[in-house]
Amino acid sequence: MSAIAPTLADTERFQATFFEECTELLQDLEERLPSLQAGNIDSEGLNAVFRVVHSIKAGAAAFNFTELVKFAHVFEALLDKLRSDRIQRSAQVFSVIVRGADLLAELVEAARSSRAVPPGLGAGVISELNELLGAPEDAAPAPAAAKAVQEELRHARAYRIVFEPHRELFRHANEPLLLIRELKHLGELETECDTSKLPDLAHLDAEAAYLSFVFHLTTKAPESAIAEVFEFVDQECVLKIEELGAEGDPSGSPATAEAARDAAQSDTAAAAVPSAKGSTSIRVDLARVDRLVNMVGELVITQAMLAQQLSESGGGQRHQWTKGSEELAAQTRQLQECVMAIRMQPVRSVFARMPRLVRDIAGRLGKKIRLVTSGDQTEVDKTVIEELADPITHMIRNAIDHGIEDADTRLAAGKHAEATIELAASQRASNILITIADDGAGIDRAKVLKSAIAKGIVREDQKLGDDEIYALIFAPGFSTAEKVTEISGRGVGMDVVRRNISNIGGRINIHTTPGKGTRFTLVIPLTLAVLDGMLVAAGEEKYILPLSSIVESIRPSRAQVRTISGGMQVAAIRGEYIRLISLHRILNIPGKVPDPWKALVVVIETENGSKAGLVVDELIGQQQVVVKSLLENFDAVRGISGATILGDGRVALILDLEGICALPEHWRADGGADELEPVANAPDGGIESASMPMSVPKRAHAPGAPEIHASA
Amino acid sequence: MTATQAPLPAEASRARQEKAQNGGMKQFISFKIGEEGYAIDIMAVREIKGWTETTPLPNQPEYILGVMNLRGIIVPVYDLRCRFGMGLTEASRSHAIIIVSAQDRMAGLLVDAVSDILTIDSGKICPVPEAECGASADYLSGIVPVGETMVVILALDKLLVRGHGTPSSQMSEVQQAA
Repeated sequence: MSAIAPTLADTERFQATFFEECTELLQDLEERLPSLQAGNIDSEGLNAVFRVVHSIKAGAAAFNFTELVKFAHVFEALLDKLRSDRIQRSAQVFSVIVRGADLLAELVEAARSSRAVPPGLGAGVISELNELLGAPEDAAPAPAAAKAVQEELRHARAYRIVFEPHRELFRHANEPLLLIRELKHLGELETECDTSKLPDLAHLDAEAAYLSFVFHLTTKAPESAIAEVFEFVDQECVLKIEELGAEGDPSGSPATAEAARDAAQSDTAAAAVPSAKGSTSIRVDLARVDRLVNMVGELVITQAMLAQQLSESGGGQRHQWTKGSEELAAQTRQLQECVMAIRMQPVRSVFARMPRLVRDIAGRLGKKIRLVTSGDQTEVDKTVIEELADPITHMIRNAIDHGIEDADTRLAAGKHAEATIELAASQRASNILITIADDGAGIDRAKVLKSAIAKGIVREDQKLGDDEIYALIFAPGFSTAEKVTEISGRGVGMDVVRRNISNIGGRINIHTTPGKGTRFTLVIPLTLAVLDGMLVAAGEEKYILPLSSIVESIRPSRAQVRTISGGMQVAAIRGEYIRLISLHRILNIPGKVPDPWKALVVVIETENGSKAGLVVDELIGQQQVVVKSLLENFDAVRGISGATILGDGRVALILDLEGICALPEHWRADGGADELEPVANAPDGGIESASMPMSVPKRAHAPGAPEIHASA
Repeated sequence: MTATQAPLPAEASRARQEKAQNGGMKQFISFKIGEEGYAIDIMAVREIKGWTETTPLPNQPEYILGVMNLRGIIVPVYDLRCRFGMGLTEASRSHAIIIVSAQDRMAGLLVDAVSDILTIDSGKICPVPEAECGASADYLSGIVPVGETMVVILALDKLLVRGHGTPSSQMSEVQQAA
């Protein structure tokens, strides 16, 4: 089977799989490092680390990533000695392992992007590794090691090894040839191949293993070393290792696969356990899951459509139908939840990259930093996870570079020299909260303001509240760093972070205490596929507003509404002037533009904290909608973030509130450039008290704390 | 005549076979807008639907009527009469929407009526005369005589050009949820 040379495309695919596996392996490795660093790693943990390095080495060898193989080999040798207690477990060794793990990740990355490895990369780690390996073994080796040494000292023995792979062997990326090569390293090897089970070509399944082997091996290595060769396949084959006695009796001491496993376990301690656990999950192409999610989305809509038609139809059978319809609704919702759960992934995959980042940057800046993560099992939709890595990376980098003072300053301020960064995730309703908190200097209000004025972001005479000043760090081009470092300070950063976060429907809050530290909180929806929305009507059209952005809805009195220069309307709501935006006008909805005091005003707050009041005809109700992209078949439309399909099968557009606020039409003079009929323009102050309508909200809704403002 | 009319499915499939044997023959769907006959490559046509209400998209060219729901897919609908500068169609049940697919995108074309399947020898397709008062837009790819009249063949990729009506500077800011 291996005789058929893989095509180039195959190789690429195999490589992609290899790197995918590497990512997972490295993540696993990264997760084990903290306990290793703390010095409380058990032998199972060490074995796991060893297996990661071993697997990467094996895969890398198959693709000829020489640098990677070379390093993995040395690294593996050290880990092997460590787990068999031939090297003492010490803080120094563990520190080398941590740095070795970083180097391994870098080499994998270099191989992935087919970059040449810069000469001298990780030279320090490698020389330390070699030094440790070259160091004389402990004067008083542990019993296990002593046994190993004894076994090695024995004379060469002959073994007969029967290896009958199961058909599935290749499916788990195993290759007998590699095993044979490895056996050959142990000593003199004779191989017999049994081809009797090979079917004729017509019935041959190219991915099945048909060949079985009998090996005669003469080696000085202990039997456990032979078993170890088969360590990764012992679940997938019949394996017999028999020592041929001096009298050459092949049936002397038959060892079944199980016995061999025992032997392996005595040496490698529970090596087989995790591999058995691994089979409880499968790898599925994301496109398939997406298709499933889409189909269920359709189902939800169809179900809603049926339910609506049913409720509109009368008739005697209606009662029976209703019961069935309710069940269908519940089942559909459950099905949707199950399907969405498939795409949910713990944020661990993002969090796990951070310790390395912190070590790297802290090391370069000469700062001592401890990263404490929590809640990394919190699950989010995969599409969201992918968007989280960059902003979190950026914010942590910022915290280390700007937030945390150097050790001397910290000590002078009475703080611990080692700074702490907390990275935490938790779920709150349909949102995930991610907190990035440092115990650094906090944001310097005066410095931010000075820098913002210097860069022309704000005018000198502008009066700003604390929150507004802190929000300045999100302004494009903003930076307070006195010098530009390679890590940060170029002023591209927090604005991008905020944009990324708002792209996935999230928001950022800052809380900072001078001298104590800064805390960023990201509030991000768990999924992008469904949205909690408010259905509103404007003219004949219906639109969805994201519920999370709605503050309150009111019907202002005529006296509350003022028209100021350029025809812009504002409403005075509890001492605050809020710009009114008529959906009719900016979305060019045919029909008469309603007066705000006759319609409803939905007060929204956008990502950048600015408020606006959308003038709509009616609030229809709260609704969870399946988000569809317009981009699939059309171009981006300003002010529209997507679309959904309503219960009646019609399309409703989801408004992008930030985009709506940025549309220029909103302050255009009434009846100006757009060809809509002019709004009955009330004279300033609106004095016609006689005809003033009762300002009672028709229906009002505000998530969280409903506030109904109905003054006259 | 070079164009044969093949309204029956059996005939249509036979025509398709003929086309396979004769590389020069191509099939088109023809339709009417007012008195004018137009045609598009049959390979681009996904289905033909009766007129349904669309949801208007804000601040788009007039000929983009809005979007419709095609079994869960959001598809933009173009009013071809308007696209050709003849004013908006007064759409009714008797109008048809031809769902086409071009450049990986789907779109609905609102037309007055679908007429025929035409099998045309591509050698008989004449180029559109050069701009007579700006009427020969680049989305007209050729003219072919059919019976007593003639049919204008449309180039879909030119008709459904990307980025119209949307200020490109804002494109990147309007993000779509996946």
